[in-house]
Amino acid sequence: MSDTQLLVGPFNRVEGDLEIRLDVAEGRVRAAYVNSPLFRGFERMLLGKGAMDALTITPRICGICSISQSAAAAQALAQAGGIVPAPEGEMVAALLHAVENQADHMTHFNLFFMPDFARATYGGRRWHERAVARFTAMQGSALHGALEARARLLHIVGMLGGKWPHTLAIQPGGVTRAPSLRDKLRMQASLRAFRTYLEAEMFGAPLEAFVALESVAALEAWDTGDVALFLEIAADLDLAAMGRGAGRYLSYGAYPTAGGPVFARGIWAEGAPGAFDPALIAEDLSHAWMLGEAVHPQAGETVPDEAMRDPGYSWCKAPRLGGLGYETGALARQVVDGHPLARALAGEGGVRARIVGRLLEIARTQRVMEAMLAGIDPAARFMADWTPPRDGVGAGLVEAARGALGHWCRIEKGRIASWQIIAPTTWNFSPRDAGGVPGPLEAALVGAEVQPGEDTPIAVQHIVRSFDPCMVCTVH
Amino acid sequence: MNILWLQSGGCGGCTMSLLCAEDPNVLALLAGAGLDFLWHPTLSEATGAPVRTLLEEIREGRQALDILCVEGSILRGPNGTGRFHMLAGTGRSMLDWVRDLAPRAGHVVAVGTCATYGGVTSAGENPADAVGVQYDGAHPGGALAADFRSRSGLPVINVAGCPTHPDWVTETLLMLAADEMHEEMLDGYGRPRFYADHLVHHACPKNEFYEYKASATHLSEMGCMMEHLGCVGTQAVGDCNIRSWNGEGSCTRAGYPCINCTAPEFEEPGHGFAETPKFAGIPVGLPSDMPKAWFMALASLSKAATPPRIARNAVADRITVPPSLKKPKP
Repeated sequence: MSDTQLLVGPFNRVEGDLEIRLDVAEGRVRAAYVNSPLFRGFERMLLGKGAMDALTITPRICGICSISQSAAAAQALAQAGGIVPAPEGEMVAALLHAVENQADHMTHFNLFFMPDFARATYGGRRWHERAVARFTAMQGSALHGALEARARLLHIVGMLGGKWPHTLAIQPGGVTRAPSLRDKLRMQASLRAFRTYLEAEMFGAPLEAFVALESVAALEAWDTGDVALFLEIAADLDLAAMGRGAGRYLSYGAYPTAGGPVFARGIWAEGAPGAFDPALIAEDLSHAWMLGEAVHPQAGETVPDEAMRDPGYSWCKAPRLGGLGYETGALARQVVDGHPLARALAGEGGVRARIVGRLLEIARTQRVMEAMLAGIDPAARFMADWTPPRDGVGAGLVEAARGALGHWCRIEKGRIASWQIIAPTTWNFSPRDAGGVPGPLEAALVGAEVQPGEDTPIAVQHIVRSFDPCMVCTVH
Repeated sequence: MNILWLQSGGCGGCTMSLLCAEDPNVLALLAGAGLDFLWHPTLSEATGAPVRTLLEEIREGRQALDILCVEGSILRGPNGTGRFHMLAGTGRSMLDWVRDLAPRAGHVVAVGTCATYGGVTSAGENPADAVGVQYDGAHPGGALAADFRSRSGLPVINVAGCPTHPDWVTETLLMLAADEMHEEMLDGYGRPRFYADHLVHHACPKNEFYEYKASATHLSEMGCMMEHLGCVGTQAVGDCNIRSWNGEGSCTRAGYPCINCTAPEFEEPGHGFAETPKFAGIPVGLPSDMPKAWFMALASLSKAATPPRIARNAVADRITVPPSLKKPKP
């Protein structure tokens, strides 16, 4: 195949709109340019508003990680105002957050990622008929099962948070509803039902058996549930080698507790763990349709270049940590946390590794949620005494399903003087930086196969979706 | 009937909420009513080229379109070009696409308050110059003109809410599939009356506190949130407390105020979302259809008559004083 350019879009099952330009030579992607084509300007909307308005506005950045946005905003406001949340309220907020992340992970696997294997292009593969029965878009039995299990799991958010998405229950000082013993028992029943679903359908075995996997060889011997079907497909299509990243991972740490986050904070680079220093973050604007210099988000601005001038090609800024791009998400979180299976997959870092990282986290998060709920004391207070911040700066660093989410705010006389957000997919789908270095997805797409006649290459689709992008968050 | 679903200047949360539909699940419900998606950005298999072909075919009239659902506001910026959202792969703005496709559609449904009136995407300085499909805030005329009518003769059907309740969307679609949606079934802002003729106040569990104006003073307290915490459930349309959300939920059940998310311009209340604006100590906003003098008289009377149980519970985070039991007959 001679040198060609492909423009891929609209790209669906990515939570928002996405356009990818591909330079193709000899049947492979030679370079990729990722454009996040939607600009709404949340950081500008917030300027001058009362500090507490952020709790209503920022969750509406994203309909799929709305609680993550709530949690980050509440944390940033708490830090700006020196507010210490009631410990039990913090635990309820963490539970709400974990339920959302869990729902997002299983939605991604069943509705966004797996349906691509039911495509006619894979007809004749020995697993194809099973993939069609389970995962055909809109129709597959796995999709229907997943939707019903997800809706019931989100009853926990209904009870504690009123509705999903866009709750106002998470506040800097705790949560707005004190669950009773009866509520707790009802939610435990919901969690047990969700475990039953996971063990019957997705994993086909006790979750503890999956959490106990420590090596790639042990993973490849897993032979039950939809997980086994995925692993069979992954082996046949060599998804392990597809879309490999640089092996640099970032996690802000998930679910704060008195003893530190449940899943650790840190980085992983050059095959070794390292400490995360938030001061080293900067957003590069060289290839974004944004005006300004590369600065730390605490000093950042959002000024769109309305002329959309070259070399800009995306509304997405390019966050870098110590000058380097980092991949973030479930795999990153589990690698940083030190799970042996995730560490074994850290160097592999391709489509299979990202999906297995997410499956591993589903299995682990179920147990985390059960422990959180068991630990909630209905007799405790769930809201501290607090008043809204007047003057101060704060950062809220949390882990959304898709990875590291940060809010940085400056409050002056009770009003928002600055509010900057870096979402997980801002990291993963960033454009090039001033050095011309591509973002993580752009790099991972290089070398992807483009078959003769393909205008929307299937390998590109697998790689893009393996990141579980959230495009509405990316630019916000 | 077929449905084309497009997402523009929004968060995708109305689709995420739609997926929470239960009994039956949303896919089974729509299929059972003979509704199928030509394309949906979250659910469909097709990506890229086949989607572009489909959109072109609809635009040129070669593919019939029964229902166009638009989720998210329509971005007119910068400078009226719509380039803050160019639909990926097409080189055209969503503003242009919606204007081209809407006249082809049997019905146009705006899903969520961004799509209906602009919503949160139009908050603050409205950086992207966002509008609703047929409204700009409370004013008729958005991406489509005020006098736009789809092939059915109806204006844009505004399923407002931030997010929308899954049933508001599915039941609207069921009415369209049954050919039972008529103009008189929409309220003055184009919202389906089956949910917009109710107030969030209806079946609110805080109603007894409301009756005595026994008010919560801080979030997490059980009392009525109208007097101090910005709740406008007595004015906001929606059957949120009648049908409930995600099982047993609703905003007021979870202890935070109704912020009127089904209304145009709810994103700019002019005060903090959890604060009640007052004049001379009296809340400015009155319950819908309530004469002010009567409200004042009844409020002061009922406040004076508040039983101790209700007064104590109103400022507690859980029931501390249970209702008294009737003594058994001797």
